[in-house]
Amino acid sequence: MCLAVPGRVVEIFDAEDIAFRRAKVDFGGIRKDVNLAYTPEAEVGKYVLVHVGFAISVIDEAEAQRVFQYLEEMGGLKEELGEIPQ
Amino acid sequence: MKFLSEYRDQKAAEQLAQAIRRNVTRPWTIMEICGGQTHTIVKSGLEDLLPKEIALVHGPGCPVCVTPIELIDKAVAIAQRSDVIFCSFGDMLRVPGSSRSLFDVKADGADVRIVYSPLDAVKVAKSNPARQVVFFAVGFETTAPANAMSAWQADHDGVENFSLLVSHVLVPPAMEALLSSDNCVVQGFLAAGHVCTVMGFEEYFPIAEKYEVPIVVTGFEPLDILEGIHMTVAQLEEGRHEVENQYTRAVRREGNRPAQDRIAEVFEIVPRQWRGLGEIPASGFQLRGRFQKYDANRRYPFTGVPAHESPECISGLILQGIKKPHDCPAFAVKCTPENPLGAPMVSSEGACAAYYHYGRRQTHDLIQPELPSAASR
Amino acid sequence: MADVKPTTSFNLSCPVPRVADDRIVLAHGGGGRLTHQLIEKIFIPAFSNDALEQRHDGAVLSVNGSRLAFTTDSFVVRPLIFPGGNIGDLAVNGTVNDLAMCGARPLYLSAGFILEEGLEMETLRTVVTSMQEAAAKANVELVTGDTKVVDKGKGDGIFVNTSGIGVIEANVKKTIGPASVEPGDVVIVSGDLGRHGIAILSVREGLEFESPILSDTASVWPSVEALLNAGIELHCLRDLTRGGLATTLNEIASDRNVCIKLEELLIPIDEVVQGACEILGLDPLYVANEGRFAVFVPAAQADAALEIMKKVAVSEGSVRVGVVEQGPGRMVVLQSRIGGNRVVDMLSGEQLPRIC
Repeated sequence: MCLAVPGRVVEIFDAEDIAFRRAKVDFGGIRKDVNLAYTPEAEVGKYVLVHVGFAISVIDEAEAQRVFQYLEEMGGLKEELGEIPQ
Repeated sequence: MKFLSEYRDQKAAEQLAQAIRRNVTRPWTIMEICGGQTHTIVKSGLEDLLPKEIALVHGPGCPVCVTPIELIDKAVAIAQRSDVIFCSFGDMLRVPGSSRSLFDVKADGADVRIVYSPLDAVKVAKSNPARQVVFFAVGFETTAPANAMSAWQADHDGVENFSLLVSHVLVPPAMEALLSSDNCVVQGFLAAGHVCTVMGFEEYFPIAEKYEVPIVVTGFEPLDILEGIHMTVAQLEEGRHEVENQYTRAVRREGNRPAQDRIAEVFEIVPRQWRGLGEIPASGFQLRGRFQKYDANRRYPFTGVPAHESPECISGLILQGIKKPHDCPAFAVKCTPENPLGAPMVSSEGACAAYYHYGRRQTHDLIQPELPSAASR
Repeated sequence: MADVKPTTSFNLSCPVPRVADDRIVLAHGGGGRLTHQLIEKIFIPAFSNDALEQRHDGAVLSVNGSRLAFTTDSFVVRPLIFPGGNIGDLAVNGTVNDLAMCGARPLYLSAGFILEEGLEMETLRTVVTSMQEAAAKANVELVTGDTKVVDKGKGDGIFVNTSGIGVIEANVKKTIGPASVEPGDVVIVSGDLGRHGIAILSVREGLEFESPILSDTASVWPSVEALLNAGIELHCLRDLTRGGLATTLNEIASDRNVCIKLEELLIPIDEVVQGACEILGLDPLYVANEGRFAVFVPAAQADAALEIMKKVAVSEGSVRVGVVEQGPGRMVVLQSRIGGNRVVDMLSGEQLPRIC
């Protein structure tokens, strides 16, 4: 069961027990209530990965860029080697 | 959508596919474990971009598919009780038991409700104190923290009319079971990214070592899967068998500690039956300690009729990646989404359903001429 | 370590397959495969005649030298009132659009109400007011009707049936329907997809939007009229209601034994609608629309058709999304965003949200 969707933390509602800590998370224009018990480091403006109403990870934005940097480098390499025929 | 749409970019996908093609010198069989990955692969036609040398097989990555038929029968029996509100994720509703599915009994008038979060089930219990609410807690490790929290919050708030029918399955034991089988065809693994988000990937090092297979923790968007395959192929071509992380934007090696702690508080590891695979030791969860009171298995002892499994369903071979859905004689003939003989045809993540819906009916390939690409317009 | 064996060891008998043959299930109303089976197995054999065999949104009939279109539709939506409209809007626009899909100018509607005991009068007033406004906007008159009341618990508040009559003008030469679709035809959709279905689900699932998604319920006749007046050769028109674009195109591909090829990158879906589909685990191609239609035109006329449609408000978002080809027949094929191919299948029943 793996459908987890990234969303931006808009507003956090703290609670005495972290088990009840919640946030309003924005998914491209839709706001949903999400439980933050498992992402104590989540802050407003950060992106979290949400699965069945729970944030299970804070998205590392630097790492998110990694594959695109790699592809850019590869793109440069491709120009040197020339197009590979299929 | 940010952190989603970028990973569906066509140029980037083609670049990664080219990188894979450049690297490949011989055939390799790679298995992806998670149903969500199967879904992306088939839905985006990703295999069309890969060189013929790469065979992608789909593993037992669908908790819905591997939930034992006895448990479905039990869920159906519980749901039919007039005092019960049965809550479940949508995925489980159409899976056939010995004779009926939850959807069938819902049609007959059973109070079966689809929920998005286990906490919704707790809410239903609070709003309906005179009824019993049973939640079908199915999933991999990914869903365990949420299910654990529902039991924890119910306990914290003194909710008594709530119970969980637990059907959790763990990925690493299943991988080991597959790898230790004589029939194993798998040479490299794409590990389930969201499972690892929760559990980390420490558990995979001894497996990679023992069976000498590369394991790459992989995400769910087309670029993730292509990159995961690229990294796996690189290892295979270079004769390495390490654990690597492709899904670095979401997964850390140690995983999510607070989630693991909550899981350990609420659940304990037990042997589990996997539909189509048999019993695998230490591969499931069950409620422990003060949370045992929420175990629906205890609340509703079931002395039902032994389960009937269709002798024609080869889901076991499919789940191990030994056969493809179109290898099954019943596929798309006797066994269709309207008349499924087994779980992989019903679950939206099941390999058979995916192949059926997205067109791989005769062979691996779609039989049709080349489409003009968007670039040629 | 467990020795994993294939499942040939079960020796019990085969389970009763899930055949929906003896009872009606909800999936029969979903617009997908089971609905079609129902129509093919029960209704068409019983009532068989030429008009019915066309299997189009409405029946085109010759009466005293005039061509009339006649259609009927029933509305059972829940919730009755949703962002962007209510069951009344759907009831008028739905039938008006069915007539438009035949190339007919919508003229008159009937309305039959089945009301549930206990329904609030205020709700009925809201619905009826909407119907009057929608009818005025669509230039149709509601000329006859009927009301019944059923016991509490036997209906969802309001069920409405509307039937409609329209006239096909003399200048419409070719029959507009699946039978006229030809390989080479271009497929155009009149705007972005999924708004109605998501608007409904947003109420049912309690989704909150920064700016709410409104149902796209509207009469599309102005767009069809513009195309007819310009003399565009329309091969087929189809609205994209229950089951969405995927279902509609599958019906046509199947009826006409052709292949319809789509390009995912061209299919217009609003970002917020896409987001809702992501969260709910739904495929927007199958989500219902109430103010959108597909047009099949010969390739040579596609650009002209697009120009005309974009000038009409209700179809200003028109876009070319695919082509018709000879084979493989009875299939809808999609070239995905990343360049791979897949079949867009007919749904078995309702699309259920998934978490997996």
